Amino acid sequence: MAVSVLIPGALRVDAAGESKVSVELGDGGVLRDVLDALAERHPRIDRRLRDERGELRRYVNVYVDGEECRRAGGLDTPVGETSEVQILPSVAGG
Amino acid sequence: MTYLLAIGTGKGLFLATSSDRENWEVSNPIFAVSGVYAVGIDTRRSTPRLLVSADSAHYGPSVYLSDDLGKNWDESHDSAPIAFPADTDASFKRAWQFAFGPEEDVVYAGSEPWALWRSEDRGRTYELNRPLWEHADKPDWNEGAGGPAIHTIVPHPTDPASMLIAMSTGGVYSTTDRGASWTASNTGIKAEFMPEGQQFPDHGQCIHKVSRDSQVAERVFLQNHGGVYRSDDGGATWNDIAGGLPTDFGFSILAHPGRANVAYNAPVAFSDNRFPVDGTLRVHRTEDGGASWTAHDVLDEPYYGIVLRDALCTDAAERPGIYVGTRVGDVFVSTDDGDSYRQVVGHLPDVLCVRAAEV
Repeated sequence: MAVSVLIPGALRVDAAGESKVSVELGDGGVLRDVLDALAERHPRIDRRLRDERGELRRYVNVYVDGEECRRAGGLDTPVGETSEVQILPSVAGG
Repeated sequence: MTYLLAIGTGKGLFLATSSDRENWEVSNPIFAVSGVYAVGIDTRRSTPRLLVSADSAHYGPSVYLSDDLGKNWDESHDSAPIAFPADTDASFKRAWQFAFGPEEDVVYAGSEPWALWRSEDRGRTYELNRPLWEHADKPDWNEGAGGPAIHTIVPHPTDPASMLIAMSTGGVYSTTDRGASWTASNTGIKAEFMPEGQQFPDHGQCIHKVSRDSQVAERVFLQNHGGVYRSDDGGATWNDIAGGLPTDFGFSILAHPGRANVAYNAPVAFSDNRFPVDGTLRVHRTEDGGASWTAHDVLDEPYYGIVLRDALCTDAAERPGIYVGTRVGDVFVSTDDGDSYRQVVGHLPDVLCVRAAEV
């Protein structure tokens, strides 16, 4: 199945300028699989989103079909054939 | 001749250039809104290389290189320049220091969390020093207010096997076997925050900065969290040299790049009152290895920005510039060995580090 990932403006330089990336997953995939597939295509974007332990950076929010993943199953949030994953920086800083 | 001054701030990097160190052209922020805790200017090859640690609150840290004085920046693409191996269960937060030893193309980085990294490709990729990361003392190291970081690396100028590193808190550690083993090297340094009777531990001191004498390799100056010291035996033992200073608290200490026994210090009132002494920004200079110090006003008006551990540097020119950055975003320079100072730039974000060179 193909899952769409929406890339925020600040990270498009790490995704060959693309605003939307489609990644192929097997059935039963979860958000972690989406990010792994994205990392294969664009290695540098992954370290903007996750640290070496594979944990999502604190001020990166990832929405799966409109729900922030930390309110769902985190990186184990299921994704389906029509799912849309959106990466957004959270509101932080001063 | 062009002088390059790199200013790392809480909200990005600023590059200042000058032909006379009187008039400066200052860039717009680079890596805007990222914390720039460490900058290195590697002048060992004919093409200078800038190294910058920039950590974005949103998108994490990385190390960037420029071989054209900051016009273009490069970052290794397929893997992070500094990344903890999977078995460490740690993640890189930022680099606090870049240092250049006597071996061509070798660059060292100190990071948060506590780690020393070695690069053999002039700062493009790094390998973790395992003996220090797995040191038996590590459970005793504590996170200082700035974070659990190796913030100071002092290579030996001629012996690539020897080096000092320092951290807050944990102390000074030394190696004489290229980093295969590390020994706590804090004899004589006080840990004033420990109970009486326990104030001179083997390790656990809160070191703020260490700087090696440019002419006598075994002579090293140290600003502690309470205490200013000099070692004449490469860090094996330390002696108090704070007697001529108005206070023994501060963050920065810098050896003169061409004169033995000359060093600079920017005292802070005290640990619980972190302002310049008497509300006046002064840099003190010793010309006798710390036996005596003279105070030199940087600015003759009330001032409340202190000088952080890496915000005192020199360009190591024949007539050296001594640069002073402050937490309220000002940078000053002296070209008369610290007798007088003038402003390079003001109103920047919080200055975390400065590095300068002739390029």
